[in-house]
Amino acid sequence: MGWDMKRGLEGLDYNIFTAKVEDLVNWSRRRSFWGVTFGLACCALEMMAAGASHYDLGRFGMEVFRASPRQSDLMIVAGRLSQKMAPVLRQVYDQMMEPKWVLSMGVCASSGGMFNNYALVQGVDQIVPVDVYAPGCPPGPETLIHAINTIHEQIQNGELLRRREARGQGAGAGVVVEQRDGQLEPATAASPGGGR
Amino acid sequence: MTSSPTPTRRPVTAPVSDRPELPTDATVRTYEGSQELTPRKGAGAAELLREVGSVLRMSEAEVAALADEQPTEDQTMILNMGPQHPSTHGVLRLMLELEGETVLRSKPVIGYLHTGMEKTGETLTYLQGPTNVTRMDYASPLFNELVFSLATETLLGIDGDIPPRAQWIRMLLCELNRMSSHLLFLATNGLDLGAVSMMLFGWREREETLRLLEMITGLRMNHNFIRPGGVAADLPDGWRDGVLRVLDLCAPRLDEYDELLTGQPIYRARLQGVGVITAEEAIALGATGPILRSTGLPWDLRKDMPYLFYDQVEFAAVVGSYGDAFDRYAIRLNEVRESMAIVRQILDALPAGDYRIQDRKVTPPPRARIDESMEALIHHFKIFTEGFRVPEGEVYCAVESPRGELGCYMVSDGSAVPYRMRIRGPSFVNVQALPHMLRGGLIADAVAVISSVDPIMGETDR
Amino acid sequence: MSDTEAMSGFQEESVADETGAAPTSEAETRFGVRATSSRGQQVLHPSRDELVDLVRTLRDDEGYRVCIDLTAVDYLAYEAPRRLPPDVAPERFEVVVGLLALDSHERLRLRVQVPADDATCPTLFDVHPGTEALEREVYDMYGIEFTGHPDLSRILMPEDWDGFPLRKDHPVGAIPVQFKGVQNAR
Repeated sequence: MGWDMKRGLEGLDYNIFTAKVEDLVNWSRRRSFWGVTFGLACCALEMMAAGASHYDLGRFGMEVFRASPRQSDLMIVAGRLSQKMAPVLRQVYDQMMEPKWVLSMGVCASSGGMFNNYALVQGVDQIVPVDVYAPGCPPGPETLIHAINTIHEQIQNGELLRRREARGQGAGAGVVVEQRDGQLEPATAASPGGGR
Repeated sequence: MTSSPTPTRRPVTAPVSDRPELPTDATVRTYEGSQELTPRKGAGAAELLREVGSVLRMSEAEVAALADEQPTEDQTMILNMGPQHPSTHGVLRLMLELEGETVLRSKPVIGYLHTGMEKTGETLTYLQGPTNVTRMDYASPLFNELVFSLATETLLGIDGDIPPRAQWIRMLLCELNRMSSHLLFLATNGLDLGAVSMMLFGWREREETLRLLEMITGLRMNHNFIRPGGVAADLPDGWRDGVLRVLDLCAPRLDEYDELLTGQPIYRARLQGVGVITAEEAIALGATGPILRSTGLPWDLRKDMPYLFYDQVEFAAVVGSYGDAFDRYAIRLNEVRESMAIVRQILDALPAGDYRIQDRKVTPPPRARIDESMEALIHHFKIFTEGFRVPEGEVYCAVESPRGELGCYMVSDGSAVPYRMRIRGPSFVNVQALPHMLRGGLIADAVAVISSVDPIMGETDR
Repeated sequence: MSDTEAMSGFQEESVADETGAAPTSEAETRFGVRATSSRGQQVLHPSRDELVDLVRTLRDDEGYRVCIDLTAVDYLAYEAPRRLPPDVAPERFEVVVGLLALDSHERLRLRVQVPADDATCPTLFDVHPGTEALEREVYDMYGIEFTGHPDLSRILMPEDWDGFPLRKDHPVGAIPVQFKGVQNAR
């Protein structure tokens, strides 16, 4: 590509990079990926341990857990979900802004875990769509970090407007750039044609 | 110019789900009916009286005086805090009636983590029981296992025959767990009050303790190590160095926390005089543990009704004087030091011997013996499939967990599963003391008080 | 479990087979109500009418200042003989109250029989305010109503839950787990 790295920035043949908007947006989304505090039970302690200094989620830009769902991208459902808490989970999930991802942490969140009884929802995917399941009781911080990295990969490789595929409507980021004849056309809300 | 063809898509990950679509405009409202705080206008006199502090059993004149100073309906606001909130230590929901920023009435609404563990416990054998109860108080799981095992052993009648080494190992692990639980309290207390660095410091120490517990028990949390009859395995090689390392690491750092927090004027101003409770009120409400000790009453089950070998080690029950949140913080900080002292004594006192009772009907045989002895194979099979039978009866056992008195009431009908397994979680009762402590304080104090009560919702809701 | 552990050998008799600690139904009374002992722990058997006065007396005169626990047991499926004093009629439910004396370091347990068709019990809230939440939990889990309780509502289950989960005729609610069939059976 023409970059003699030994000379640093002086070694660039060109100083213009091209990339897809999609890649850039995906890159920025995965690098600054904040979670909403949804620690329920024992897995919450391991989630806090993953955020603490030994395992350090800060190296992924994720040390911040926002309390407000409006400001977060990821919901880590850490712990067992009881029947009484299920509407609350859905309410918090609905309040999150698109695009959002859900990580089901622990076996209780993934499938009900060892508590196959009246009191627990047998898997949070009955309430919210889950992207990655992290098994363990509780999953250690390394497992959680592996699951988070899996989501990062999904984000990096995934479609920018991924829920559009599932929903069939414009429920994605709404980034639309229309260009015709080399001239900028004003973006119109009614043209879900997708970017070039 | 014609529009360019649709760009070919690179393979994407599978669609989010194949499930039927959940409605996108779902406006889920949560409403817990009569469990919530009733507005002042709808609340009868009895309800107001109860929540305003009838635990004090006020006289008629005091009630009348209190009725005079009730603010009108317009001036108060009911604010809902939780169950998803950064400062409520799990899924605790508090409804606060505020006049400005002052909290008048409050009501904790719990049950958001109810797991049906007591019902599940009636379907699991006594050997599987610790896996269930250990997840109740998940910050100090070994205590749940201990109290369950003590109750089972009392029902079995073998509580006097547990080998000393097993009891000392149990003590060692429980004190290490008390240290890690109190370090967790220090971390979350700091975080709730805004001292975010304390969160990271507390977790730093806790990680070392968890690492040691992982070396000994195999798991960082929810160990399932203390079982009826003893412990699951002997201490591994190098445990002594590991313990000494943790002790030497923690001692100077606790002094650092004293400097960072105890002497700091902001920390003191936020905690002193906040959430005051007197001894009579704590006793009337059933609060135990650091809450009761902060009022000046030196009630510690390890000293007053000793179990295991706590009567053979020297330590102090740390007691406060003012009953406020600062006392509870200081008590827990110093209890870490006391636990460290106990652990040092255990290191010297730990005898050699069996780590579990050599009773074939209760303890599974070692794996090597299964190849040699038919009896061992049969016992192994029976214990792990059907479980051992416990004679019928009922018993209540209690230990001093980091949060208070953790009790287990067990009823057996002679079968291999408990007929009724009730765990008296201290946080369940401590949380009910919150309305009394919150009254008259500010919202910011509410966060500090909840943090000082240190509830774990797993044992509150079970 | 260490394979090379040096064992002192299994005992030939199993201690767990002995039921020597089964409490006998003694005709003993303490504080005016029937008393028994279970595994060395003192148990009293008041009736529902005697309960509140007994607890009040114990609190004021005998030093049992703390009500440490209040729970219930459903004896519907109990297959062993109920160990009760001879003049105490066994009922389906039992409300179990635990008391603690701080000065004398003693515990006491009260077991109150509650019939299934009249599942009520007087509240201890006026004597021990800390029982408010404990009684709510018993109501939530067993359906036993406490007369005089200021706010008897569900505490752990959702408000609209039908049934009382810890009763023996309430199912565990386990969903049968479907395992995929093994394609190439050995």
